[in-house]
Amino acid sequence: MARRRDALRSLGLAAALTVVAGTIGVALLALTLRSLDQAAGGASLGLGSPYLWRVIGFTLLQAGLSTALAVALGVPVALALARRPAFPGRSALLALFAVPLALPALVAVLGIVVVFGANGWLGRLAAALGLGPPPSIYGLSGILIAHVFFNLPLVARLALAELERIPGESWRLAAELGLTRLGVLRFIEGPVLVAVLPGIAGLVAMLCVASFTVVLTLGGGPRATTVEVAVYQALRFDFAPALAVRLALAQIAICAVLVALLGRLATPEAVGWGPGRRIMRLDGRGRAGLIGDHLVIWLAAAFVLLPLLSVVTAGLGAPIGRLVADPEFLRALATSLLVAVSAGLLSLAIAWPILEVRARLGARRDGRQAARRLLEQVLSLSIVVPPVVVRAGWFVLLLPLGDPARFAPAIVVALNAIMALPFVARVLGPALEAHLNRHDRLAASLGIEGLDRLRLVDWPVLRRPVLLALVMAGLVSLGDLGAIALFGSDRLTTLPFLLYQRMGSYRTNDAAGIALLLLAAALAITLLSGQLGRERRR
Amino acid sequence: MRSAFISARFLALILAGLAMLCGVAPAARAAETLTIYTYESFVADWGPGPKIKAAFEAECGCSIEWVAVADGVALLNRLKLEGRGTRADIVLGLDNNLVAEARGTGLFAPHGVDTTRLSLPMSWTDPLFLPFDYAHFAVIYDSERLKDPPKSLHDLVEGDATEKIILEDPRTSTPGLGFLLWMKAVFHDEAGAAWTKLGRRVLTVTPGWSEAYGLFTKGEAPMVLSYITSPAYHEIEEKSERYKAALFEEGHYIQIEVAGLVAGTAHEVLARRFLSFMTGPGFQDQIPTGNWMFPAGRVSSAMPAAFGSVGAPGRTFIFDPEIVAAKRQEWTAEWLDAVTR
Repeated sequence: MARRRDALRSLGLAAALTVVAGTIGVALLALTLRSLDQAAGGASLGLGSPYLWRVIGFTLLQAGLSTALAVALGVPVALALARRPAFPGRSALLALFAVPLALPALVAVLGIVVVFGANGWLGRLAAALGLGPPPSIYGLSGILIAHVFFNLPLVARLALAELERIPGESWRLAAELGLTRLGVLRFIEGPVLVAVLPGIAGLVAMLCVASFTVVLTLGGGPRATTVEVAVYQALRFDFAPALAVRLALAQIAICAVLVALLGRLATPEAVGWGPGRRIMRLDGRGRAGLIGDHLVIWLAAAFVLLPLLSVVTAGLGAPIGRLVADPEFLRALATSLLVAVSAGLLSLAIAWPILEVRARLGARRDGRQAARRLLEQVLSLSIVVPPVVVRAGWFVLLLPLGDPARFAPAIVVALNAIMALPFVARVLGPALEAHLNRHDRLAASLGIEGLDRLRLVDWPVLRRPVLLALVMAGLVSLGDLGAIALFGSDRLTTLPFLLYQRMGSYRTNDAAGIALLLLAAALAITLLSGQLGRERRR
Repeated sequence: MRSAFISARFLALILAGLAMLCGVAPAARAAETLTIYTYESFVADWGPGPKIKAAFEAECGCSIEWVAVADGVALLNRLKLEGRGTRADIVLGLDNNLVAEARGTGLFAPHGVDTTRLSLPMSWTDPLFLPFDYAHFAVIYDSERLKDPPKSLHDLVEGDATEKIILEDPRTSTPGLGFLLWMKAVFHDEAGAAWTKLGRRVLTVTPGWSEAYGLFTKGEAPMVLSYITSPAYHEIEEKSERYKAALFEEGHYIQIEVAGLVAGTAHEVLARRFLSFMTGPGFQDQIPTGNWMFPAGRVSSAMPAAFGSVGAPGRTFIFDPEIVAAKRQEWTAEWLDAVTR
């Protein structure tokens, strides 16, 4: 029996890795072999050119700073929220914290400038108070603001999910021992954070490395150029696909080093908790702690919610009624939801075997760490593979089979699923690992197997993380533009596509309305999953 | 068990939906079909495409199939990838800066249409590519915030650094490339120095037109690089005269959009008929308020007044397409060097 299980597991892992490597590798290979690069094409972009080194330098600088800020600001929010399970509006806030995942970059950028920009709310408030104009956000500061807007909520949510899995016994013990706040941080919260933060920071760093619209639009000028921009440039005006592939590989290689370095910081041993009973926090009862936590939460909420609010106010000025009645909108909404759900499920299906094997490797102490690290790389790096390159590769590959647009839905779903892998890994990975550590042997010794095991042992414990992973993957997919159709049309009209299309034809008002509806859809999905994931009262 | 059953049905539903998305080829058509590659906004609901299709189909007894890609550059790239195997009979939506590279593909045949009847601000004699519309690039300003707009490109470069302009990136966007060429046409060897000076007034450089224009209408800067026709949209569709084009003394760089006939197409007669149709009112009438450009052929009624409010540029700049193809990288590097110094 055990042998058969192992074989099945290996098969699952092989299938998952094949899907990931196949989708990406085949595309890169196809594009390279096409080698249509013109002689002059991308001379300035050649590997090793000073231009490219500057670009790589800036990419790492902005990604590093963005990540440091997002983690430094997100962790206190997670700690405060964990200490305050009764904070008014807590679950609504957490739902809203998931929304930025689904916002197309352009929408978020416009939302941010309405609040922080030259003509923004803060500037006008400062003027009304007789203060001077606020400093311009265009430049590194604007990039950092936007990246923190996207990632502070992500860090807070992911870290909070881990903090909430600390068993109640720990807190009772802490109270009995009379641990101070510092003591709690050091002995209870600290080990959890140390275990998961490298992974979370890695995800944020990858997201920032792959940032394109945010960096160019808020960067203030071409000094702010990322490798992703160079890839796009190579594919577009310069039309040098092979060069684009090389740049993409360079980006992946740099990120692989980053992930490896971060991996050394992680301490897998610390991930050993399972979900305890309903926990009761006995710490942080003092007035100072209370005020401090509220302040931290409110500040973070304001920072994230104000740009969202500006998206809402802009959208309310749009003819929502006409938009919603437009069959094109309804089709796009249906397409978007369908793609998001499919990508979410596929992402989960790919991630699960990888995560399970990784967890089992982690439990052993026999030098399987190299394999574990390799799987970690697969789960982390998929997000920095420039989707435009993969799309272009598949276009070339499918060209002989007729109009490649016919295959667009499958490609988009597969790509979105792969892009969402790191999110699934961060949410589900630690929970799955803890669960296996705790229940695997017990279940085996009781002879509970197959569907029974899934129903009785796994599902009750993993339902919440599975749902959260699914929601995150779905939201990422919902806001994805589907890797701008560089060469071929899609006939795959999603909401972000519709939004950009209107935006590109002066119809900013319609675009604002669509942005609002997209935001509402994301919020509805999050709230709904929150309801589903709530633990049944006994 | 019940929940497992439900999720299986749910899964089946999704799979069915995906299958529908992937789509089956449309039902067989009896009439001859003309396949035209173009860009997305041309065939959007509000674009000129749908009405042009209806008008041509009514007179030819054929049908038009649009295949739309993101924009003109994407159009060219798609052709390069497809090569001789392309399904296109006509390619509609390349522009003057892409003509040399398009010619280089060897995929195009002479259009054979008499270009002397075209209404363009300059002569056009290219045998392969036939213009269908045009517009000059222009700085659009917010008249509520800018009382004294620049009157020339020199003005713009020298002017008040607190009054900002939003530009597009020439590495990624067509208007961005257009402005780069405009600067080069006016400042020649001094272009680098002019760029450095202009840098003080540049709020930011966006990847595309949408981002720039979005920031502009949010009030982030009083000026943006767009088309001279942009105010007409606001005047006609939004009844607002707030956004105006600044007419520059030196003249303006132009974008001319062209179509080409694919060599060796099986539908050559029909394709030629379409190209000839393209220069007449059935096509051209849809251009002003459909594509927000100036028609390059005959229209049946006078242009809406909003298009004439700013007046025509005194001089039109255009580089020979071969020069653009040869120099684009060098000039982009010059710009990059000047603005990152």
